[in-house]
Amino acid sequence: MTSATLRSGAWKLLEMITTPLLPSDYLDLVSPLRAGADLRGRIEAVHPETGDAATIVIRPGRGWRGHTAGQYVRIGVDVDGRRLWRAYSITSPTNRQDGRVTITVKAIPDGKVSNHLVRRAKPGTLVQLDQPTGDFVLPKAKPAKVLYLTAGSGITPVMGMLRDIEFDDVVMVHCAPQPQDVIFRNELHDLVAAEKLRLTEVHTDTDGVLDIARLDELVPDWAERETWACGPAGLLDAAEEFWSGHGVGERLHTERFRPGIVVAGDGGEVTFSATGKTVEADGATPLLDVGEEAGVLMPSGCRMGICFGCITPLKAGAVRDLRTGEITEAEPGVLIQTCVSAAAGPCDIER
Amino acid sequence: MTAIDPTAHLTAEQIEELGRELDAIRDEVIASRGEKDAAYIRKVISAQRRLELVSRGVLLFSFFPPAWLLGTAGLSVAKIMDNMEIGHNVLHGQWDWMRDPKIHSTTWEWDHVSPSDQWKHSHNELHHTHTNVIGKDNDLGYGIMRVDEDQKWHPFHLGQPLWNFLNACFFEYGIAAYDLELGKNLHKRRRKNPEFRARAKAVGRKIRKQVLKDYVIHPLLSGPSFLTTLAATFTANLVRNIWSHSVIMCGHFPEGVQVFERRSIKGETRGQWYLRQMMGSANISGSRAMHFMTGNLSHQIEHHLFPDLPSNRYAEVAVKVRALFEKYELEYVTGPLPKQVFSAWHKVFRLSLPNKKPKVDAPDREQELVAA
Repeated sequence: MTSATLRSGAWKLLEMITTPLLPSDYLDLVSPLRAGADLRGRIEAVHPETGDAATIVIRPGRGWRGHTAGQYVRIGVDVDGRRLWRAYSITSPTNRQDGRVTITVKAIPDGKVSNHLVRRAKPGTLVQLDQPTGDFVLPKAKPAKVLYLTAGSGITPVMGMLRDIEFDDVVMVHCAPQPQDVIFRNELHDLVAAEKLRLTEVHTDTDGVLDIARLDELVPDWAERETWACGPAGLLDAAEEFWSGHGVGERLHTERFRPGIVVAGDGGEVTFSATGKTVEADGATPLLDVGEEAGVLMPSGCRMGICFGCITPLKAGAVRDLRTGEITEAEPGVLIQTCVSAAAGPCDIER
Repeated sequence: MTAIDPTAHLTAEQIEELGRELDAIRDEVIASRGEKDAAYIRKVISAQRRLELVSRGVLLFSFFPPAWLLGTAGLSVAKIMDNMEIGHNVLHGQWDWMRDPKIHSTTWEWDHVSPSDQWKHSHNELHHTHTNVIGKDNDLGYGIMRVDEDQKWHPFHLGQPLWNFLNACFFEYGIAAYDLELGKNLHKRRRKNPEFRARAKAVGRKIRKQVLKDYVIHPLLSGPSFLTTLAATFTANLVRNIWSHSVIMCGHFPEGVQVFERRSIKGETRGQWYLRQMMGSANISGSRAMHFMTGNLSHQIEHHLFPDLPSNRYAEVAVKVRALFEKYELEYVTGPLPKQVFSAWHKVFRLSLPNKKPKVDAPDREQELVAA
């Protein structure tokens, strides 16, 4: 018998001992970060960076595969008892000796997760993690000249790059409302003092929003530089236009944080993605009826919101609970009761 | 069906107003669900798992009588916690709002021979929607007992105290058979129905796993304590079965609880639905420990009004619900466990014998049906 078959045999026996639970349900009680567990991390420290940003130090579980500078990680945080998932750039270098990783979070107005992490997260708390991902990364071959163009919290993936690899010639243009809003300001200035970085801070409260054409003056050789840009959509749109207008579009790499914002409305186009049907729905008809009306085979039960026999994944968009008016937005893993939910704008139901 | 309709004094408007007031209670809890509630269920789950682990550990030495007693008691409590405060409530979707895939009605499996998904259908959907409607809610006597004067008597019912006792001892198997609708499906033609066969197979699988765990693997692991561990797990299952059967009998069987006719729920409004849940359920009074061990089904009335609210909130909801009972001059059926259990058993014995049809004037009868 090979050791693999022995191991799987032993595991089967363990499963027989713990049924209907799994051995991992018990192991999680004592060792939630062990190898083989669902990927989690433990918050070990929260360091304030600015008035509304903080760096969260996380010890990831044994299953963590490591990241490449510039990548982000999806993190599941329990806020007011409800698990919410968000993506944050990793700001720690890849070779950090203690195996910890950091994310740096800026609290956005009404942001449930960001405000929780910046202001209320406590060391010792477990969070859920996905493996790091994202292609906003540095190339294998070192470019001779680099430009980092960032604004606000767009500095976070770039900080991961700056801390990870030194280049011979690095320029950074960073925009923030005021000097005290510049995340990592001390560290950036230390790099400048050590002549490892040339930095231009644009303070938008006094200087106004960066006019991308000013790059000609701020970084005269910008077109020769391999550029990584991250920040609000306006800046990135302008940059993309500017770079491609000068025929050097391939030198620009961008990262957008918030691809789509759900605006909850009243009724909308409902897509049943598994069946490939799309129908128009009003804001008062339960999605269960909408689906059945369209000939989609919908799971159903009590039809009054009590039996949870109709719950179905909401893949995109938003729905409104017809009883409470509560809006639920699509997120991975979000299930809705179709018998008491109506379309609140366009949405996608996995049926 | 009682001769006098206890809701006859309410106007249609009052019933709808009652419905709105209950909706407001529900909304308030939903809006305030949060970290404390999540911490509660996590704590209960973790405590249950630790208790089960420790008890099973102690039972490895169950040839030593004090260890047997301690381990058996611990395992009984752990199994009761698993079925009542955790399993029943998680499977109702009470904790789905947390979005934790490990504490979710779609993924939870309990220490019970009826697979979660089958139980969810028969309990959440059939029983909770059609609560106490004769012919639609099979929980009324589980198809083996007569629990209302208006149900037709059959000589078979003479034995119902015995059936009820056996059902209590082997309750989880009774539930599994009930979820399978075994009585109906054992007819020759239905037996071959592929959908039924698949479900029966799933039950068979679940029973095999549960029996193997409790009566083979754990006793074997105990080595010299094989027989005493076997006896301990059997006892724990028996205790859990009798306990949950008793609690559940108290929910709808005690005297004072109303049942309804099929026709009476046609075109039922939300207010009328609420009213039926109020009149069709009964509570158990007692300490916090009692509420916990019943999985808060001691707040059966509140649970039937709001089956998806977290169980730890029923106690606070009960105060407001009870005030509404008083306001609308309705009877809130409640009492200590021994009294309610006695009342339910008394009914089982009484209705094992035939009774005269209650004498009701035809016009009153019609009125009652309209009101309900």
